[in-house]
Amino acid sequence: MAEMALLIVGAIFVNNVVFTKFLGICPYMGVSKKLDTAAGMSMAVAFVLTLAGAITYIVQHYVLVPVHIEYMQTIVFILVIASLVQLVEIVMKKTAPALYKALGIYLPLITTNCAILGIAILSVQNDFDFLQTVVFSFASALGFGLALVLFAGIREALDLRQVPKAFAGAPIAMIIAGILAMAFMGFAGMVK
Amino acid sequence: MNYADKFKKTFFTENPVTGLLLGLCPTLAVTSSAENGLGMGLATTFVLLMSNLVISLLRNIIPNRVRIPAYIVIIATFVTVVDLGLKATLYDLHKTLGLFIPLIVVNCIILGRAEAFASKNTVWHSIVDGIANGLGFTFALFILGAIREILGSGAILGFRFWPEEYRTILLFVLAPGAFITLGFMLVGMNKISKMLEGK
Repeated sequence: MAEMALLIVGAIFVNNVVFTKFLGICPYMGVSKKLDTAAGMSMAVAFVLTLAGAITYIVQHYVLVPVHIEYMQTIVFILVIASLVQLVEIVMKKTAPALYKALGIYLPLITTNCAILGIAILSVQNDFDFLQTVVFSFASALGFGLALVLFAGIREALDLRQVPKAFAGAPIAMIIAGILAMAFMGFAGMVK
Repeated sequence: MNYADKFKKTFFTENPVTGLLLGLCPTLAVTSSAENGLGMGLATTFVLLMSNLVISLLRNIIPNRVRIPAYIVIIATFVTVVDLGLKATLYDLHKTLGLFIPLIVVNCIILGRAEAFASKNTVWHSIVDGIANGLGFTFALFILGAIREILGSGAILGFRFWPEEYRTILLFVLAPGAFITLGFMLVGMNKISKMLEGK
């Protein structure tokens, strides 16, 4: 139990996906202008990342390893993730239209979120078992959500401030992300 | 096609990183030194060149409805080639770039060029486009890596700027330094782009 708790805290704070692993920066910059879109994206990522973690684990250990084609990992994983996203979209449209509407355009965008593929490959590299993979994927998604929502809150407040013209838009956002990353450095070393 | 103009565009005004803000994950993650930035840039250039070449060859064969999965398979194939090739030849570089080599698959620059350029243009033009964008990406990564390495560890490509006992700003080779340096670099590159456009 303690091991699981450490894994969760580690994935959310200490080795945050965005600030220390540099995964998922594109959606992090792209959808962080408003708080509610940030929350929608975080939910969609949490859902797909957890599912993708579970499915890629099964593919890796019951297909790739027994047939000795581990070198096909990149191709197989990205195809699995791309079709998973499509499948989730279709199923959700039929069964949970409200949730589908809330997640909207963020679902298809997730295919190109490198956090999904990155976390799947990291789980394999770290030799996690099934439960660990699922917990690690979900906790990483929470970490992504935390970083995204924090950042969106700051950017909303920033809209009301006067920023030097040259820094307006992406540059100031980058520098703020850097300062946030500095804050997250405070967690470094808490969990190995 | 005017080659000089094309390269001026992909290096400055429409640089994939500083102009269009694409491919930010590898940009931030591997630029703790100029050498790593260069390695990542060249690996991506190779994938971009080959995928542009193959996609433009097959542009009339791939059905429109399944084009994105088809592109992804082509890109993933060349990423696997780079992954295995680097592991066999430049093992140390492969180890430092680590996770970010398989992640070239989801680098939006590559799929973006496939969709926006290679699927509509002739093979030769697509090759030039791939090289131009790849080198633009490499250029941005190299500059960012060089700034971070000089400030953070006081040396670049093995050449020391100041003696080792001098203190350097370690923050720049750590994660926050990546974001902050890129922020300032965007300002500088935007300024240069504006100057180039003004003329």
